[in-house]
Amino acid sequence: MTEQPKNFGFGEDETMLKDSAAKFFADNCSPDKLHGLVAEDPNIHRSIECIWDKQLWQQITELGWTAACVPEEAGGLGMPLVAAVAIAEEAGKAAFPSPLISTMIASFVLKECHSDAATKALGDVASGVPMTLAVTNKQGSWEPGDTDVAAAGTTLNGTAYFVQDAQKCDQFIVSATTPKGVALFLVDANAAGVSITPDGIIDLTRDQAHVEFKNVEAIELAAPGTGEESLASALPAIQTIITADMVGAGEWLLQTTVDYSTTRVQFDRPLGFFQAVKHPLVNVMLEIDRCKSLAYNAACALDVAESQSDRDEAAKFAHMAKANGGEMAAFSSSRAVQFHGGIGFTWECYVHLFFKRQMHNQMLFGDAKYHRAKLADILIGKAA
Amino acid sequence: MSASERKDTPEQAEFRAQAREWLENNHPGQPSVRLPLGALELSDPAALDYLQKWQASAYDAGLVGADYSTDCGGGGHADCQSIANQEMQRAKTPFLPNIIGLGMAAPTVYFHGQEEVKQELLPKLLSGEEIWCQGFSEPGAGSDLANQQTFAEKKGDSWVINGHKVWTSLAHFADWMILLCRTDKNDKYNGLSYFVVPIKSALGKGVTVKPLIKMTGETGFNEVIFEDLVIEDKYRLDEVGAGWKVAMTTLAHERGAGMLVTPAAGGMTQKTEKSANTSSPSALIELAKNSYRNGKTAADDPLVRDDIVKMIIRQESFRQNQRRAGVQSLLDHPMRLALQNKLVGTEYNQDLAQLAYDIEGPASSLYLNDEHAPGGGEWPLAYMNSFGVTIAAGANEVQRNILGERVLGMPKSK
Repeated sequence: MTEQPKNFGFGEDETMLKDSAAKFFADNCSPDKLHGLVAEDPNIHRSIECIWDKQLWQQITELGWTAACVPEEAGGLGMPLVAAVAIAEEAGKAAFPSPLISTMIASFVLKECHSDAATKALGDVASGVPMTLAVTNKQGSWEPGDTDVAAAGTTLNGTAYFVQDAQKCDQFIVSATTPKGVALFLVDANAAGVSITPDGIIDLTRDQAHVEFKNVEAIELAAPGTGEESLASALPAIQTIITADMVGAGEWLLQTTVDYSTTRVQFDRPLGFFQAVKHPLVNVMLEIDRCKSLAYNAACALDVAESQSDRDEAAKFAHMAKANGGEMAAFSSSRAVQFHGGIGFTWECYVHLFFKRQMHNQMLFGDAKYHRAKLADILIGKAA
Repeated sequence: MSASERKDTPEQAEFRAQAREWLENNHPGQPSVRLPLGALELSDPAALDYLQKWQASAYDAGLVGADYSTDCGGGGHADCQSIANQEMQRAKTPFLPNIIGLGMAAPTVYFHGQEEVKQELLPKLLSGEEIWCQGFSEPGAGSDLANQQTFAEKKGDSWVINGHKVWTSLAHFADWMILLCRTDKNDKYNGLSYFVVPIKSALGKGVTVKPLIKMTGETGFNEVIFEDLVIEDKYRLDEVGAGWKVAMTTLAHERGAGMLVTPAAGGMTQKTEKSANTSSPSALIELAKNSYRNGKTAADDPLVRDDIVKMIIRQESFRQNQRRAGVQSLLDHPMRLALQNKLVGTEYNQDLAQLAYDIEGPASSLYLNDEHAPGGGEWPLAYMNSFGVTIAAGANEVQRNILGERVLGMPKSK
């Protein structure tokens, strides 16, 4: 097993990137501003809109965040996965509405495609083209290769479901079946035959859609028979990035609830005086810290992986991170609403933005039970 | 070369090389007696004797007390104890028996004792020649540690001590005790002072040690009664009335959050016919594969599988937390992870043992006194013993107060 550095690979560059991301979000995406942007209208039956600040996206692409983990030979900065994890954690802490997480995820799939087309697409990511995966079938399967899209040559037909940030993205990475197995394709969102139907979703900081392809001409990224493997190889990085988002959102929920519990007075005492409030919030902190350490470990393990056994070990760590993340996301959200009391149950309290993002994060790329079932097979062996 | 080795300073690298070479040639080998799971469970004098000899040889080789100054019997190194610990664990040595002395008494004496006392006591503490115990808890001072009633009265140049300490591990072997007690009845916190007091040499002369029997049926800790024990003033640590401050030094080290790294060895497994490695989830998997429910092994049961996986995730996260605790730039608050150690570690062990007896099914009813007990009955034993550590050293409810108040900044619950 290749040894990991003790600091999880958080060198000066990665630490600076994390600090500057934290500052950027504090300056540009305060909860106040966020609520004004995405939650101004509480009518959930209004027409489904995709609300986000494109200027901020412009700024972060200029800061090089989408280029961070793109290899240097493809025009990126060649930073390790822990850099993406650092950005995702801060993005989660701000519940940042943007295609950032989706685009970073897309870049990790492209890195596993090993084709000229994929290298070119990575260059596009580095220069700020928002991109997302269209790889999930109607059943919502997270297994790589389970798709309702079929390819004949480079012509696609079918529908991809649960496509994240679909309305914000310019390009889709589509998995499709071929007679020789699954292949991956790049599709322009504006290409003829592509229709995007937004889903009505709970999370106000994201958009989601099903995307139909009718005789759409696409560019092959991973050849028939290799697409499943490319997706599977990228999954640990993807799971780790989502976990980092959950860690950030969890930390916001924790700190906000702690602040409230020190100011809200009942029975002549601040709420946080009472151990019925204090101890569960400490438990939330324990869960967040577990999850954060597991996410950093998974990222670092992937970054140093050289052999197949290294990669298997890293995949195991990513399952652990996402499994723990799912539990933590639910717990941090539920305690935040509960300890804010009546106000926490209202639309005007900002907690619901993060609560809903955590709900969405839990299911993305497999919930806690899904990943524990995977781990059981790895660690104990398949059940009889 | 491991990642931690790549980060060694030149001094650490040289120290590591010497430690490794010494350990290769001087591992004490398997003892002829059965060792308990940890030093706090020591009750057999023959086991203690074996372990004291091991500690003395490790001390002579510079592996114990590496970071203490040379005039106190230490090695005078900078940040080498952690290297010694890594190498001793790598070599799978026995554990060090003087655990209270090394983990709590030594740093407290070192930071708060007079030079003369440090030079008198620390060499024999580090070598394990003199065993130490801790006199903090009392019948009326458990979680409320400052409620000390044991009283030290100044008479001339000496102090006269009267009182009653409980849950005192290792007192039956101890030469010395670190003692927190009261010197002023009118001030709860500022009325406390801190002493080191002789035990073995004062038995029958002001000190009585009586064993307490645990719920497991084992002995292990004691009550210690002081009746007019007279000690010299030089054995007072720090100022009169500064006992609470000194106790915080002790507790910080006990909880793994102190300035000095505690010498720690271990990893040796004893070859016995039946015994469970009660801190390992892989032992849990083995147990599940050899236990049955619904006509299949417990390892095929989806709920058991899920519970085992949860424990493995917790174990890995604990390990990674400890790794992250050493990286200052990755901490939201400097004490945030350090103060979780005791709480998280002890609850993990408790839940692991509880899951094990769940997995055992009907056989979980069998105990140490039944030859058919799985794992020699050590899983239910470990479960019962786990409450010792979730209660001791500040019950975990107190740990949650500390984390909530000091790390999260929530209002004090008192």
